[in-house]
This record gives sequence, structure tokens and C-alpha cells, in this order.
Amino acid sequence: MSTEKEVLFGLYNDETELMKAITVARESHLDIMDVYTPFPVHGLDDVMGLSESRLHIAGFVFGALGTLTALGVMSWVFTRDWPIIFGGKPYFSLPAFIPITFELTVLFASIGMVVTFYTICGLGPGVENPILDDRITDDKFCLAFDTNGLDEAAVGNLKGFFQDTAAAEVHLKTI
Amino acid sequence: MAHTVIATIREPLVEGHKSYHQITEDICSPTERAPGPLWIFGFILSITTLGFGLACIFLTIWNGIGEWNLNRTIGWGWDITNFVWWIGIGHAGTLISAILLLFRQKWRTGVNRAAEAMTIFAVMCAGLFPVIHMGRVWLAIFIFPYPNTRGPLWVNFNSPLLWDVFAISTYFTVSLLFWYTGLVPDLATVRDRAKGLRKKIYSFVSFGWTGSAKHWQRWESLSLVLAGLSTPLVLSVHTIVSFDFATSVIPGWHTTIFPPYFVAGAVFSGFAMVLTLMLITRKIFNLQEYITIAHIESMNKIILLTGSIVGVAYLTELFIAWYSGYVYEQFAFYNRALGPYWWAYFGMMTCNVISPQFFWSKKLRRNITFTFFLSIFINVGMWFERFVIIVISLHRDYLPSSWSYYTPTWVEMGIYIGTFGLFFTLFLIFARVAPVIAIAEIKHILKTAGDQYTGPNATHHDNDHH
Repeated sequence: MSTEKEVLFGLYNDETELMKAITVARESHLDIMDVYTPFPVHGLDDVMGLSESRLHIAGFVFGALGTLTALGVMSWVFTRDWPIIFGGKPYFSLPAFIPITFELTVLFASIGMVVTFYTICGLGPGVENPILDDRITDDKFCLAFDTNGLDEAAVGNLKGFFQDTAAAEVHLKTI
Repeated sequence: MAHTVIATIREPLVEGHKSYHQITEDICSPTERAPGPLWIFGFILSITTLGFGLACIFLTIWNGIGEWNLNRTIGWGWDITNFVWWIGIGHAGTLISAILLLFRQKWRTGVNRAAEAMTIFAVMCAGLFPVIHMGRVWLAIFIFPYPNTRGPLWVNFNSPLLWDVFAISTYFTVSLLFWYTGLVPDLATVRDRAKGLRKKIYSFVSFGWTGSAKHWQRWESLSLVLAGLSTPLVLSVHTIVSFDFATSVIPGWHTTIFPPYFVAGAVFSGFAMVLTLMLITRKIFNLQEYITIAHIESMNKIILLTGSIVGVAYLTELFIAWYSGYVYEQFAFYNRALGPYWWAYFGMMTCNVISPQFFWSKKLRRNITFTFFLSIFINVGMWFERFVIIVISLHRDYLPSSWSYYTPTWVEMGIYIGTFGLFFTLFLIFARVAPVIAIAEIKHILKTAGDQYTGPNATHHDNDHH
């Protein structure tokens, strides 16, 4: 957000029109900046050629960290730091450690994934990202191109594309 | 795109030929207009009740647990009964948002937001009781394992009571994260409709959400994994709560059937509470086209299933008590049904075993008034269940010389009533400031499971939008 950006975007009334437009744009090798929708449109990532999210890997790593933390701390406390016999069971009584190990696995995985999600998306409390149009979170489906450094012919070409793909509105905005 | 073939007999989950904009309008508008007289009345009532509850908690802390009628025989009374009851209420929210997501049950979208909010508020009410029942609440930090001034003395990691601490704090945290992450895109919708100070506030809480395709993709991936984590989590929470009893040697508590029996009971009571709340909410906020009779019927089917599981569990307990040949266990169950607390057992059996069986009738499942009253019945019954398990099992165990009877003081009752105040105050605030229905998710199912279904088997609709 340090430099100003010029964005040309079209608003579509329906997700199927948007998907068709994206297919056309990709076929004609137009460089899509981003697509904004009011709800998760299924199949959109395929049409746009987005690679699968790797967020779940973060979940696994944080979960494994939770498992190790819980098991490690409990084992250390009960066998090294302050061994106490409870109910005649051995110091290292693994079955009794399972509930807490499970809970911490879930806790670490969840917190870790959520924090990762907001970090990589650049979202967070008080963050203000430029909004192209207020109706994108309502009922408009937006396809945006970065027009920085494009000559008039190229911009005209993009406008023609929006006309061909039946965009309901086309706007140019500096963000 | 995955093709889901919808049977033609399946009812649409969104009615009224909505356009996307109409959905936004319908669900956001209650947060944008001044509250109605019913809301104000409800809010004043809730906050007064909450105030009364706080006064009772203050008395308990100031004078000590002596304000309650617990005695040496009966060490757990209304406090732990209420704790288990509230925790159980919370389970339906997670079941709807997580388990039904994994099972691809689309009807969850109409009710998941409010049910998850209910979970969070119910767990807050529940968490209050273990803390205040310690008496010296300022020592509550001792339940956490941390390097401390008592020498390197740690908490007992082998105790179910400590497992409870971990289970409930994890449950609360994960539910809150799951709920809020689902809420962010909808808060952005409210933000983009708002002006002035409201816009500033909603900007802050919507985290700068733009609706970018990549963000949605990650958001869905996150929701799915959180659902996958919450599913075993919610089962573990009531399992661990049941361990508080099952690992002891009190007749009536020392039972291997407890974990599944508690989980089924929790879901049972939770759905009853969701119904009680949603039947009122849909009426007040005019959301009958989003929370349809089909939703109510689906929830009633779950009530029928879990209610029957609970019924079978009660009968199994009775059978095993007899079959075990263990006199103390046999007496515990004889005493439940025919002892001085027979009324609690009778209330539990009537409300939990008999009443859900009415839902075998489709007509009754789809009857709103009947459902409403039954949902309250079930909540009363499930409260009795916890009272039966806790107080009846304790009041007469091995030593007849220690047998006792227990009635709560007004302070104990006041704290319980106060938690209703807390619960409804939070719910009413939530319903005012955030969309009570997941807007994005409703829009997402509009054309796959709503009345504007466009996939295979679609029949022609007279769409009157535009």
C-alpha cells in the first residue's frame, strides 16, 4: 500500500458469469490481479488456476508441537522434576497423559492455524485493506486488473473484454 | 464443480425467492435499526437477572461456601450440576458447526452462527461454577501448571479434574476462534453497509477482509480443518467431564457407560436449547425463510435420536446395577427411583425418555409450538439428570450414619438464575451487533440447496427477482 495503484475492475451480477469471464481472461492471457466475491464460490480456484492451500500443513506442524509439548512436560514433571506416585501407578503413566496430550494438540493446531491464516492473508484487528466496491461483500462479483504502466490501448483492450463478458459495471479506481 | 444430486422431495433450505442482496438485507437489518421493545424488555430482564446472580456470587465469595447448603456427605450440589448442564448445552453448537460440516449437511448454515455463539456463552456460564465452587477464587490460578512459589510442585496431571481444566479451556478457545473466523466476512458485509463511527468499528473487527479468492480458499481450508479438530474435541469434552464421576468409586458414578451417555445427553440438551433460542430469534428478527420448518424438523430428528440413546443408557444402567450383583450399586439405583429424591428421578425419566418419543410423529416434529414446549421440557429433564447423578449418588453411599439430604439455599439458586442472565445478556448483545445467520454461507447454498437450486433435477421456479 506504499505505492498508489490503478485498478480497472468489472462487477458481475452472478458467479457463473464471473467464472466464464475468468476463463476468457485466462485464455486471452490477461493478467488478473485478483477476484473478489461475497461468498466462497466453489470451483473458482480451479478456474483461476490457484494452487491448493497449504494451510493444513501449518495445522499439522502446530498440532505435532502441541503433542510433544504436552507429553514432554508431563513426562519430565512426573519422572524427573517431582516424581509422585498417584494411586499406585508408575511415574510414567502414559494412558493418564492421553487426555491432556489430545487437548493440547487440538489447542496448538487451532491457534497456530488461525494465526497463520491471518498472517499470510495480511488480515488482523484494525487492518484496513482498500475496498474496490462496497457491494462486493453483498451481491457483486468482482474481477480486477492492475493497470499500472499499461498504455491506453491495453486498457481499452481490458474494457473491451469486460464488455464482451457482460460485466454489469466497469470502474477505474486508484487505491 | 462437484455435482450433488438433490432428491426432489428434499425441501429448499432458503425460501422466498431471495436474491443475494435480499439475503444481505434481511440478515443485516436487525443490526442496523434501533432495537424493538421486545429486545429492550428482554435485555433489561437479562441484565437484572445477571446483577442478581453477581450479588449472589459476591455473597458466596465474601462469606465463603457456607452460603450454600452443601455438607460433608453432599459436597457437590447445584454448583456442579449447573456446570455439567451448561457445558452440555454448549455441545450442540459445535455439533452443528463442525460435525454437520464434515457430513456436508447443508441445513447447518441456517443455524450454525447462533448455535456457535450459544456454545461460547454456555461455556462461559459453565466455567463460572468450577471456579466459584473452590471457595477461595483468588487461588484459582493454582489449577494451571506453572513454575510457582510452592516449590516446583506441579498440578496432578493424572486427575480428571485437571483434564477438565484443559478440556474446557481448549474447547472455549477453539470454539471462539472457529466462530470468529466464520464471522469475519459477515462483519465485512456489515462494514460495507455502515457509515461513520459504525463503519470504523466494523472495519476494526472485520480485520480488513476483502473477499479475495485466495483468502476465501484459505478460509474454507481453515474452516474444514477446524471442523475436523472440533469434532473429536467436542466428544472429548463431555467424555472428560464424565470422567470426573466415572473414575471415582461412588456407586452410581463408577460406570464405564458414562462417556457416550454424557455426550449423547449433551447433544440432546444442546439441541433443545438451540431450538428454544432459534424459535424465538427467527420470530423476533423475522428470519422464518432462513430457519425453516425443515431446519426445525432436522433438529427434532437429532433430538429423537440422542434422546433415545439417553433412554437406552438409563435402562442399561438399571440392568447393569441389577446384573452386577453388587449391593451398593443395586441400592444406589433403588434409592434413585424410590428414595427421598424420587421426584428428581421421575422428572428426569419423564422429560428425557418419554417426551422425545413424541417426535416419531412428523406432524409434531413440524409443529413449532409443540417443539418449543418440548425443548424446554428437555432442558429441565437434562438438568434433573445431572442432579440425579450428582446429588442422589452422593446423599446415601456406603455409610448409613452419614446419609444426608440437601436443599439449595437462595444464594445457590440465585447464582444459577444469574447464569441465565449472563447467557441471555450476551446472546441479546450478539444478536444486535452481529449477523445471527452466516450470510456468506447462506448465499453459498442458495443455488445448491435453496429454492433457487440450479443443478441436476432442478424444476422451474418463477423467479421474481429483478
